[in-house]
This record gives sequence, C-alpha cells and structure tokens, in this order.
Amino acid sequence: MSVLIFIDHSEGLIKKTSLEALSYGAALAKQINVSAEGVLLGTVSEELASLGKYGVQKIHQVSQESLNQLEAEQYIRIVAAISESTGATVIVLSHTNTGRAIAPGLSARLKAGLVTGATALPDTKDGFLVKKNVFSGKAFCTVSIKTPIKIISLNPNVYPVVTGTGSAVIVQENVQVNPTGMTIKSISKASGEIPLTEAEIVVSGGRGMKGPENWGPIEELAKLLHAATACSRPVADAGWRPHHEHVGQTGIAIAPNLYIAIGISGAIQHLAGVNRSKVIVVINKDPEAPFFKSADYGIVGDAFEVLPKLIQAVKKLKGVS
Amino acid sequence: MKILVCLSKTPDTTAKIAFTDNNRKFVTDGVQWILNPYDEWYALVRAIEIKEKDPAAILHLVMVGGPDCDVVIRKALALGGDEAIRINAEPTDSFFVASQIAAVAREGGYDLVLTGKETIDFNGASVGGMIAGLLDIPFISLAAKLELAGNSATLVREMEGGEETIEMKLPLVIGCQKGMAEQRIPNMKGIMGARSKPLKVVEPLTVEPLTETVSFELPPSKKGVKMVAADNPEELIRLLHEEAKII
Repeated sequence: MSVLIFIDHSEGLIKKTSLEALSYGAALAKQINVSAEGVLLGTVSEELASLGKYGVQKIHQVSQESLNQLEAEQYIRIVAAISESTGATVIVLSHTNTGRAIAPGLSARLKAGLVTGATALPDTKDGFLVKKNVFSGKAFCTVSIKTPIKIISLNPNVYPVVTGTGSAVIVQENVQVNPTGMTIKSISKASGEIPLTEAEIVVSGGRGMKGPENWGPIEELAKLLHAATACSRPVADAGWRPHHEHVGQTGIAIAPNLYIAIGISGAIQHLAGVNRSKVIVVINKDPEAPFFKSADYGIVGDAFEVLPKLIQAVKKLKGVS
Repeated sequence: MKILVCLSKTPDTTAKIAFTDNNRKFVTDGVQWILNPYDEWYALVRAIEIKEKDPAAILHLVMVGGPDCDVVIRKALALGGDEAIRINAEPTDSFFVASQIAAVAREGGYDLVLTGKETIDFNGASVGGMIAGLLDIPFISLAAKLELAGNSATLVREMEGGEETIEMKLPLVIGCQKGMAEQRIPNMKGIMGARSKPLKVVEPLTVEPLTETVSFELPPSKKGVKMVAADNPEELIRLLHEEAKII
C-alpha cells in the first residue's frame, strides 16, 4: 500500500508545486503508515534519487520524451496503471493546470473519490476528511472521501516544502505509450518569468496605474522581490496586460505569501482570487477603497509617488543600488 | 456538429457567504442565483458563436438540478441553444453530476461537450474531466480558444506561465475559461423565444457519489489593517521584513 505522488515538471525541472505535493504526500503516508512513492512521466535533468529528501522512498519513472508534453488521456492511463500495480490507496497531485487536466479523469477511471484544491492534510482519525477552499476562497469545506482509493489535488502554496535526508529508489516502468491524438502547433512561454500560481510574492497593478506605459515600476519592484506580476480584470480587459496575469474570480486564483496590490480598489470579485494570500499590502490613493478592509498593511497615497520610494527601500534592504 | 453545453447554477458573485444547521448548509436566504459565469460567458457563448457560423449545428444545454433551476436554464436559452435538458436530481458530488451528464452525452452522440473551467461555488473543476473519463474521450482543461475545421479542433490551452496551441480530433470535452468568448446580454427576442424552446426534464440514473460534503467554515477574520504613512514606505518594508517576515 502506498501514497502515490504525481511529480510534474517543465523544461527539465521539477515544479515547486510538486515538491509541496511530495512533502504533503510523504507526511500523509507517515500518518496512515504506508510507503510514499512518486510517479514521473517523461524526462528531467535533475537527479531523481535526491527527491528522497522530501520523504519518498521510491519513484516510478516512464522515461519517454514524448511524455514531456501534457496529454491528459495518456497521463491518466499510465498513472492509473502504476497506481494499480503499486497498490496506491491515495494519489496526490497539485491543483495546477496539469492536475486539473488529469485528476478528474483518474477519479472517473479508478472510481476514486476526488477532492481538488485541498488546503491541509486529511483527518484520518475516523474516515478520510479533506479540507478544501470553496466559494472562490471565501470559505472552506470539509469533504469525506468514501471510496477505497482516494485522490487529492493540493492547492499551490498551502503546504510547505519539507526537506530531510534520504534517497529514493528509481524504478523504470515499461509502459506502452500510445501514439498521440494531439498535435502541438505552438508553445508560447514567457520565459524567465515566475508562474503566477507558483510565486511566493505577487505585485499586482490595477486601473490606478492609468496605462500600460506605467508598468515599469511594478515590474522593477517584482524583479527585486523575485515576485510575479499580476493585474486586475479591467487592466486585462483593456489590454494593458496579458490575460494570464488577471487574478480574481474569473481569472486566476492565487495564494502567495505576500500580495501587493497597487491601484486596485478591491472589488469582491478581485478579492475572491487573492484572499487566500497570507499577507496583503494595499497601496491606493482612495482611503475608502474597500481593499483596505482585507489588507494587513496599507498605504494611502499616489502609486506614482509611493512606488519609487518603495523600490528604493527594497533596494536598501536587499543591498542593491 | 452536435454540441452539449453543461451548465450549473451558482450564487451571484457578490452573495453573502454564510452557513447554518451546524455549518452543514449554505444560507440561501436572499441569495440571487445565476448561471455559473464560466459556463455562461465562455462555454455557452462560444457554442452560440459556433452555431451562428454553422446554422446546421445543434446546440443542447444540460443541467443537473431540481425545478428551481428552470429560471436560470431559461436565461441560458434566451442567449441561445435549441433545447435544454434538466436532469431532475440534487447535485450531490462531481462524480454524480458527471455520471448523469455522461449518460445524456452518450445517448446524444455529441461532437463537443463544453463546460466552464470550474464553478464559482465548489471550485471543483472536476465535472468536465470526469465526463471525458466516463465517455473515454479526450479532455482539454483551461481552454482559452477554440476553432473548428471539419472533424478537428484547434485549441489554445493555458499552461503555467504561458499557453499552447494544440490540434485534436473530435469528439472532445473542453473546460472553457476567459478568452474563449465574451459575456453577452440576452435581448428581448431571445427572452421571448426562450419561452417556447423545449426544456426536457429527465429522471436521474442511480449513481453512488464518491464523496460527501461534511461541513463548511469561514476563514478567520483579518486582524485589521496597519497603515503606513505615504511618505515612509521604508517603514512598510521594515514591517514586511521584521514583523511579517516575508521579504
């Protein structure tokens, strides 16, 4: 019996969200007294055995380069087969694009109850209870999984990466990879940028920034803080920033450690996407902006005056000039 | 071309979130019910656009729910679609809902099944992928664009920090998100026409849910905001560094 953790990767590197999933899965395995094993489809440049430091004993790898590209059906078929052969009782994934693509199909295939967007380790004292976000971050609910096999997809940035010592045994799996029914025409990736859902710090701008030409300081601040940049819906709708930066109810929901909102009033739809952030800083010239009610720290002031000083202060802290 | 759009009913985005009955039930008093925005703005409107380009296309809408759903289903029909199917059951979990819709989809032989990327109440993001799993056809999540040419679909799907353009053969299940289409407001002709469109009510299959919602809770309230003077952002950085310890 095992907890089987799906390890996702991109451009040869294992995603941070998967390190969180490994840490979470290993803790869960300990809690229910089974082994923790990983499954990785495709090839990475990292040394896999070292993932043992996150608590997994064994990693099943299907080293076929064609699997470096997400194709949900193929992934589901292979993960289901490995899950059956290893006797997994719990499968852990990340609630990311890849997790969204495969967790529901796995659930249907294995008739395994699924909780997406889990925010904590399950309560296994009496049954199997998993806490998750609902109402777009405005509440939590506890869901009981009633099937013998359980699937959990973990929200990014809610479980810490826990590093210990240890080395994992790598098992090369010989699984048939079917010819794909999917053709990739093009990939556009903003390279060098930190993906929003993985970022620990996010600097976000709203209509108060007045136009796309004024984003320089936001980008500079983000760079200094190793943060991702984001924006509110009106900004994305006006085409000032790309749609994939839009956070909020209809955009991306994020949960960074620090969310800095500049020139965003904080409409309820925006809050729905960011209220899981651990610390929120709001900078707005309108003292009545509703966002201040949900903030931890606030500055009432003109973004164009505050931002340069803020950047100077961060430079001083980081020791850069 | 035969398209099935899956719809869900959710509380309005500004609804007050509160619970009763020992935190087991969502308080529905005074709640305005709407079509789940992802289902309506992206899945439904994109399907309507496809039908506008290809008038021979058949567009059906489906929802799992009780008679109280009929109002929002009529609203969807006012935007477009030939007929709606309501599966007369309380949606208990995503697997239950997906199984009901998969049965309708299997019988109807649809080329495309469209859903929103998730609902704004349970945020499960599961029904579409489960329908695809049950029908054994491919699923594309987080699709931001869809173009059809004969039997093949070109899609743009979101990846972390970027996007991919892919080509696939139909049939497909697609989870739709922003970029797919723009929200529409029903016009008077649509509203009048919706009244005479068929809304079929079918009885559900017996399906055992895989999960059960046990209880709800609200997040702990914030301690309150600490204000920093506009001319002293250095103090903010000090607080983030020393007090919150996050930079």
